[in-house]
Order: sequence, then C-alpha cells, then structure tokens
Amino acid sequence: MADECILRFENVSMHFDGDDAPALDRVSFNLMAGETIVLFGAAGAGKTVLLKLAVGLLRPVSGRIFLFGRDVTELREQEWYAMRARAGILFQEGGLFDSMTIEENVSYPMLNQKLVEIAPEEVHRRVEEVLQFVGLPQTMDKFPSELSGGMRRRVGIARATVTHPKLLMYDSPTAGLDPITANRIIALLIKERELRNTASMIVTHRFQDGHMLATFRYNPQTDKVLEASPEQREKLHTRFFVMKDGRLVFEGTEEELDTSTDPYISKFTMQRV
Amino acid sequence: MFDFLKPPVLSFQEYLALAGRATQNVVRRPFYGQDVLLQMDTIGVGSIPITILIGFFSGAVMALQMSRALAQYGASGEVGKITAITLVRELGPVLTALLVAGRNASGIASELGSMKVTEQIDAMRALGTDPIKKLVTPRLIALCIMLPLLTVLADFIGLFGGYMVGVPLLRLTTGAQYWTSSYQSLEFNDLGQGLLKPFVFAYIIASVGCFFGMRTTGGTQGVGRATTQAVVVASVWIFVIDIVMTRIFLWIAT
Repeated sequence: MADECILRFENVSMHFDGDDAPALDRVSFNLMAGETIVLFGAAGAGKTVLLKLAVGLLRPVSGRIFLFGRDVTELREQEWYAMRARAGILFQEGGLFDSMTIEENVSYPMLNQKLVEIAPEEVHRRVEEVLQFVGLPQTMDKFPSELSGGMRRRVGIARATVTHPKLLMYDSPTAGLDPITANRIIALLIKERELRNTASMIVTHRFQDGHMLATFRYNPQTDKVLEASPEQREKLHTRFFVMKDGRLVFEGTEEELDTSTDPYISKFTMQRV
Repeated sequence: MFDFLKPPVLSFQEYLALAGRATQNVVRRPFYGQDVLLQMDTIGVGSIPITILIGFFSGAVMALQMSRALAQYGASGEVGKITAITLVRELGPVLTALLVAGRNASGIASELGSMKVTEQIDAMRALGTDPIKKLVTPRLIALCIMLPLLTVLADFIGLFGGYMVGVPLLRLTTGAQYWTSSYQSLEFNDLGQGLLKPFVFAYIIASVGCFFGMRTTGGTQGVGRATTQAVVVASVWIFVIDIVMTRIFLWIAT
C-alpha cells in the first residue's frame, strides 16, 4: 500500500439547522491509497453525511477535511467540480438521471467533468467496456426505470468508476437487495478495487459485505472473486468503522470487530449467515 | 420579537442568491445550448396551442364586453382600438404569463423537485456539473426568449378574436376600420410594456419554479408541495410586478 493519504478527516463535526444532536460529532480518520474502509452504523448514525462531506456536497461546521492532500474544508463550489472528478460516489438510491438512457448516464461524467479529457469517439467504447464490467452490456438504450433495483445499482457503479477515480465511495450498495445480487455487487467492488488499486469506502448494514471485502480477492485469470489465503488477506488492507449517533465508536480489523463485546457493535456481527 | 419574519426573509435571500447565480451563468462557460433548445421546445412550442386558445377567447370576450359599453357612447367603431390597447398592454402579457406559470412553473418545480428527492441533483454535483448552470440557467433563458414570443402570438390571436366578434358577428365596424384603428392606436409605449412585461414575468416564472424545485425536501409529498407553492408564488408575483411596471410605463408616457 502506498503511503499517499487519499482522504483525511480531522475532528469533523456537522450539524443541521433545527436538529438537536449533531449529525457528525468530531470524526477523525485517514483513508490511504489502496485501502478499503467498511462503515457500519444504524440508520441516522451519520454515514451518508460523512460521505457527502468527503466530496463537498455538505460543508462541515467545524474540523478540517483533506482530499488528495489538499485542504478542502473551505473550498468554493466551483473549485469542487475539479476535485470531484477524481472521486466517484454511488448514492443510496443510485442517483441515476431518470430522463437519460443508461448510455447517457454512464457517459455523463466523461462528457461533463472538466478534468476528464476523453475523445468523443472513445466515450462510446468506454461505456461499452464499463457496462461489460458490471455485466450489463445489453442495457445501453434502456432507461433506469426499465431496470431492476440491482441493475440500477450496477449502472451506478459503472458511472462512478468510468473515469477511473482514485477514491470510490459507495452508499449502501447492497441495501434492499437479495443476497445473490448483493454478493454480485460486492464482487464488483472487489474487482474494481484490485484492478485499479482505488481507495474505497463502503457504507453497509450487512456484515457479510464487510466480511467479503476483507477476505475475498479478485482473480484476473478466472475472472472470479475467490476467498483469499491468510497471507493475501493482509494485503487487502480492509478496516472496519462503526458509527453511532454521529460518532465513530469503533475502528479496527474484522477480528477486532468480531470479538467486540460492545452491545451496539456486536449487533452488526451477529447478523452474519 | 420579529422572529416570525426570519423564515420568509431567509427564503427570499436564498431565492435572490439562486436567481443571481443563474443570471451570472448566462455569460459564463460552459454553455448548455442543447438544454436551452430542449427547454424552448418544451416550454415555448408546447405552450402554443393553449396560448392560441386563451388569446382568441380573451380578445373575443373583450370585444363582446366592450360592444355594449361603446354603444352607449355611439363609439362602437372603436372596438378595435380598445381591444388592441387592452390586449397588448395588459391582457396578453398577464394572461399568457399566468398560463405559462400554471403550466411550466409547476412543470419545472416538479421536475427539479423529483431530481432533488431522488439524489439526482447531488449526483450531478458529485459528477462535476453545476446544477444551476445545467438546470436553472437553460430554463431561465428559454422562458425569457419564449414568453415574449408567446405573448406576441396571444396578442395577435386575441385581436383576431376581437375581429371575429366585432366584425362578422356583431357588425360593429368594418374589417378595414377594425384593423386600422387597432394598428394606429398602439404607441411605442404600449409595445414597450407589452414586450418588457413578459420578459420580466418569464424571469419570475423560471426562477421561482427552479427555486421551489431545488429546495424540495420530503419525498413525493414534498414535490407536490413545491409544485403548488411555485405556481402560487409565481402568479402572485406576476400581479405585483405587473402593477409596478404599469405604473412606471404610465409615468414614462406622461
């Protein structure tokens, strides 16, 4: 793992007008290149707020945020557009543009991000390639409403990854999906992480997702995701965070999470199959 | 003591900020020309049938009402003049604007509101596009171009409606006299306010529709609320601005 710090939070707090409690309470962490953070937490714990803060969709009330080594806490919205070209985000609901076709959705970041310079004739090929990657090559001309929930998430992943960003953030990519589709999506995240060595942050409610991310790796020869040997697992650099009421209450490895006696934290490990 | 004033003042401030940024973007790159054309088609061309309908009937009813009043003074021949002045100065711009507000302020607010609640606006920002530039400014430009044109259409069709009532139906005057008196009664001041009013109304409709759409919260119910608010607020502002502009133009004329 390179020592490059991709994302750094320093005592970041967030508070929405009208709310009694803070949405995020003095959160600090580092996300290094090639590293994966799996973020657990109950609904309303501040997971989505954390992701949105990281890409400047929200502004913190205190603390500092560093993205790719640059202090982005006070960055103006216009300056953010260039920064966001290097970070991909998958929204909880997919965030696909429902009046555009899948091809238009996936090509959107290539055609609209200032820093991304891709020749127009190359765009179509890249869309085909990335839709092939997520296993949906036949959906080009369809609209998001014509796809199932799982397919929409996969298109969301395709759109987030098409410009090969160095940081990828996924907000509940498996929420509300059947276990087979959920595992397929996590396998895609593992594949993307290893092929491009991206730093990833994954918000999820399912312990199985975190377990897969910490113990499975992609095999390019067989194009399959397989369980990694104990030595290989070391190289996966997966850390687990647990959030409660806006605070980061746990930070550690899968084993540490598994052996935690805290009643709140152990609720996330109990639901495994 | 004046705490109750805070929310409306804050909303107005947010509205001004959005409208200001959207206006600045008119001259800033990148330009989304295709989006402007698409909105001109949806908002402008899409509103033509209803504009024709409302223009015709407003002109016709104007002539009908005036026929009796003018007859009392033996001035039935002036029906063209009265219809032209009323339509061009007042009825054409205001009725068309109200119609377009009902049709498009609601459409804009619901479209942007749905995008907001389904995280599409956030996705747009995350993908490196300024939603104000991509969504608000094209609608603003499209409406500011199309509403004056629609008003001109409504005025003409309204005059035709007045002609149909005044000449073939009630035989108040001859066709030549109707059109000549309509044409001659109009001054530059009338045409000025007849074209400037729809331009300002268009700005209000687009910016209010976008403002309520962009600040939508609370799922589908929130979209419905934003839509209603957009139409009500835009319509009220059209009347308020109308009276202010009429006063200014009357002052200029004297």
